[in-house]
Amino acid sequence: MAAVAIDGHGHDDHGHHEESFVSKYIFSQDHKMIGKQFLMTAVFMGVTAMILSILFRIQLAWPGESSDFLSFFLGDQWAPGGVLSEDMYLGLVTIHGTIMVFFLLTGGLSGTFSNLLIPLQIGARDMASGFLNMLSYWFFFISSMLMFSSLFIETGPAMAGWTIYPPLAALPQAISGSGLGMTLWLFSMAIFIASSLLGSLNYIVTILNLRTKGMSMTRLPLTIWAFFITAILGVLSFPVLLSAALLLMMDRMAGTSFFLSDIIIEGEMLTNHGGSPLLYQHLFWFLGHPEVYIVLLPALGLSSEIISTNSRKPIFGYRAMIGSMLAIGFLSFIVWAHHMFVTGMNPFLGSVFVFTTLLIAIPSAVKAFNYITTLWKGSIIFTPAMLFAIGLVSTFITGGVTGIILADAALDITTHDTYFVIAHFHVVMGLSAVFGMYAGVYHWFPKMFGKLMNTKLGFAHFWVTIVGAYGVFFPMHFVGLAGAPRRYYDYSVYGEFDKESLALQMDLNVIITIFAIMAAMGQLIFLFNFFYSIFRGPKAPQNPWKSNTLEWTTPVEHVHGNWPGELPTVHRWPYDYSKPGSEVDFIPQNVPLAEGEEKH
Amino acid sequence: MVTKLIILLVIVLGVIAAAQLMRVYELSSKLREQKENEISNRDNRMNAALMLLFMILLFGGFIWLMLAYGWVGRGESASVHGHELDWLLNLNFVIIIAIFFLTNFLLFWFAFKYVRKPGVPAFYYPHNNKLEMIWTVIPAIVLAIVIILGLKSWNEVTGDSSKEAINVEIFAKRFSWQARYSGTDNQLGKFDYKLTQDERNPLAVMTGETIQTAIDSMEHGGGGIQWLEDKLNDRTIMIAPDDRMAYEKSLHAKEKLIRLLYQMRQSHDAKLDKMAMDDFFSDTLFLCVDQEYEFSFRSKDVLHSAYFPHFRAQMNTVPGMTTRLKFIPDKTTEEMRVSRGVEDFEFVLLCNKICGGSHYKMKMMIKVLSKKDYDVWVKSKSKGVLSAGATLKNPAWDIEPSTFDYKFHKQPAVEVQEVAKEEGGNEVVMDDLEEVNNPSAE
Ligand code: HEM
Ligand SMILES: [Cu+2]
Ligand SMILES: [Cu+2]
Repeated sequence: MAAVAIDGHGHDDHGHHEESFVSKYIFSQDHKMIGKQFLMTAVFMGVTAMILSILFRIQLAWPGESSDFLSFFLGDQWAPGGVLSEDMYLGLVTIHGTIMVFFLLTGGLSGTFSNLLIPLQIGARDMASGFLNMLSYWFFFISSMLMFSSLFIETGPAMAGWTIYPPLAALPQAISGSGLGMTLWLFSMAIFIASSLLGSLNYIVTILNLRTKGMSMTRLPLTIWAFFITAILGVLSFPVLLSAALLLMMDRMAGTSFFLSDIIIEGEMLTNHGGSPLLYQHLFWFLGHPEVYIVLLPALGLSSEIISTNSRKPIFGYRAMIGSMLAIGFLSFIVWAHHMFVTGMNPFLGSVFVFTTLLIAIPSAVKAFNYITTLWKGSIIFTPAMLFAIGLVSTFITGGVTGIILADAALDITTHDTYFVIAHFHVVMGLSAVFGMYAGVYHWFPKMFGKLMNTKLGFAHFWVTIVGAYGVFFPMHFVGLAGAPRRYYDYSVYGEFDKESLALQMDLNVIITIFAIMAAMGQLIFLFNFFYSIFRGPKAPQNPWKSNTLEWTTPVEHVHGNWPGELPTVHRWPYDYSKPGSEVDFIPQNVPLAEGEEKH
Repeated sequence: MVTKLIILLVIVLGVIAAAQLMRVYELSSKLREQKENEISNRDNRMNAALMLLFMILLFGGFIWLMLAYGWVGRGESASVHGHELDWLLNLNFVIIIAIFFLTNFLLFWFAFKYVRKPGVPAFYYPHNNKLEMIWTVIPAIVLAIVIILGLKSWNEVTGDSSKEAINVEIFAKRFSWQARYSGTDNQLGKFDYKLTQDERNPLAVMTGETIQTAIDSMEHGGGGIQWLEDKLNDRTIMIAPDDRMAYEKSLHAKEKLIRLLYQMRQSHDAKLDKMAMDDFFSDTLFLCVDQEYEFSFRSKDVLHSAYFPHFRAQMNTVPGMTTRLKFIPDKTTEEMRVSRGVEDFEFVLLCNKICGGSHYKMKMMIKVLSKKDYDVWVKSKSKGVLSAGATLKNPAWDIEPSTFDYKFHKQPAVEVQEVAKEEGGNEVVMDDLEEVNNPSAE
């Protein structure tokens, strides 16, 4: 089957014959369509997760007050009298985090853009295996639907946090969400991992084997390098999460004791002995940390491309950018236990992880400075994509620096599991990566849909979003430094020991929620612009941003096999912007070196 | 239902209205022959100006937050190592705030300054190895300093406690905390989760006596093996299939557990019992100022985390595993109230690992007393043990009401002793105790 698929894409005539609706829009094996399918699913999931966050933010800002918004979405079962139930608070938080990390930023960001851009930017007709690629999407779709449906079951969704630590996640007696909700979570994740592995293997094989003539590894756009390293991280780390999920399923269903030992729950004395909850945490974070780079690297890749194009300058330090991504990718595998400093793990092990973790700051700093230097003496054009890319750099820095504190085990003792952590990872993941994703959508929308998005609405979207986003997550650092633990339904206990601190938290929590609502409204601008432009946007020119990479040499109307004629041949790196001696300020990769022209 | 429909209707109408507005906008831009992908100079300059404005807002907002909320909530540390950690935290903050300002400034300033100007081309500048070397090496040096200082503190904080440290065990269960003090011998008695008896031995402390009690109640107690067997074999009653399954499962588990209890009884070393006999319990954690404590942590059910925000300490509690930490409180509750200027301030131990619906309410109050007051408290507690602990059936390990009366603070030591006497505590000496708890020795 797969062989047939590859065969089919190789031929130029493929674009001409009529396709049925089903094979074109549903079970498509065309990477461009699959990319769009990933994007649509991710938009749906992202909106869901955003609504969930607003629901629990309302509870945090106005605890115990009745809200019509809550009863509208949650009904009497989960918000009796318009007040969120304790269990459902945890359910919302859990599904919010899970969707954002896995479905929006892993499936959505990497799935969309790896699919869309890998064949187009390396000059290939399609992915190595169109069939596996299609499977990858449909697995993603099924797992999304499973996760989504878990919100609607009687006992509620998983409630153990997105990290689903056992024993809480293993024992249905412990919380209602650890029943069917957790089962759905685990099945959904297992299918998601299968999807991610199929996708990643495909990306790796495609990048290694299907580059067009002249496209050496050192002429690849940084986007492709980012997707490549991301895919490798995924292939090496997701199986470990799968094993953790399978062992957890066994503990839940087959009575094994991988993660359970000496437990009495709700009056029942369990016979499990010898398992270790810490084992689960090691397995989880062995994926979990690389995962944050699986989320971030594609965003960094996209923004490198966008910043270079719109500064009309080569990206500064191309090789250093690749080198630092490789270093980050490698290091991300040996830092996982920085999430476990206070779990009872041997403190010496902790010291080792302090060291490796802080090393990551070096390549990250190199990347940040290279971005900034790319802007220096540029000729900047503020497209909406460029705005978001600059926003990404700002939040990457702001979020990155607080990582230095959390990586320092001694300081993590008091900040671990407080809102300081929430603030940190939202600024790097929730903002940086999401900004990267938005930047990508604005920049490649013409390639995806052949239409242009409205730029004015794009500006409005960006400015509302960045103000709202910083407004949400900046104050959150201070809530965390005051010692507020995360995953708390409300902070009423503070009233019993420190009223001053309680007042601080209530003040800031209201501010945060107001900004969150504002930011969420801002996303409506985007949604409107996005869907409106798909149907009614003005037709896009072939190369709207005057960019060098190969995807802009393909026709606006999608054809199967991407290029109607021969595949382009590559003669130069992708960053010849404003090269001295050239009339125009960009020279696409397929333009041969002029006589006497030097390579960069 | 009706309101939901109305809301939906409003949303639909809103979207339609917005779409119409867009059409108008598009027609007008068509008239002006403006293409969406070509950003006009005006828009470009506006965005550049907004970059600068945003930077000012960002920095201003940060400074305002720092001034208004900077250290208010956190407050000063109340433990010895906490001061060092706070110093380190401040140092780290100085470094990262400097980086934050510097890099964000460069970013937004360049974005503002180098906006496209017609006729001015961009500067072709693909790389500069020297420059890149600089910003590899400088961060490396700064990080080396951060790492060295951080690890030094980490090693001190997590290192072994001294011999003077008092051993206290903190026991977590959903959704409360209990403390077990090691008593006069400063040794905590052994424990095993299978010995847990909700009323009589909630912390599962191990002595010959408690093992026997656990065996008895598992064999003959309500819901015990005998009871289950009777129920399952009773042909005169109907049991729903679900219940029958549950009974069988429970019986199976108990049979497995009882075998382990028999083994435990067999290998039990009665000499160790006295370590347990002087242990006493409290729902409020009383600590003595300037005294080192070695805490060990246990959990009955799921993960919890013992988070002492004011002492800058935290450790997870893990079922099936003992974890530990140490610290020295260096301010009494009274002193802290004065220095914070908050009248009813208390120290607290919060749960900081999601453990169920009421996770957010799981806390234990902490009182740090002067040496004198602390001694009085300990004395009253140990006395309680000695008198009440005379027999297990008269639960030695009962927990006092959760709001432990803090009256010792005001009363002189003698009076407390008298109160205890009046309340029926009769003096029992250590030797008697062993006897009582080993009935076989009689
Ligand atoms: C509208 C924007 C958002 C708001 C207001 C928001 C707010 C929050 C808050 C307050 C929590 C902590 C809840 C608690 O611990 O009690 C949380 C958790 C989380 N959020 Fe967000 N968030 C937003 C967007 C995002 C995005 C874009 C991501 C993508 C990375 C994300 C990922 C997570 C994760 C992973 C958690 C942890 C869930 C857990 O503790 O299990 N969030 N969010
Ligand atoms: Cu990590
Ligand atoms: Cu807890």
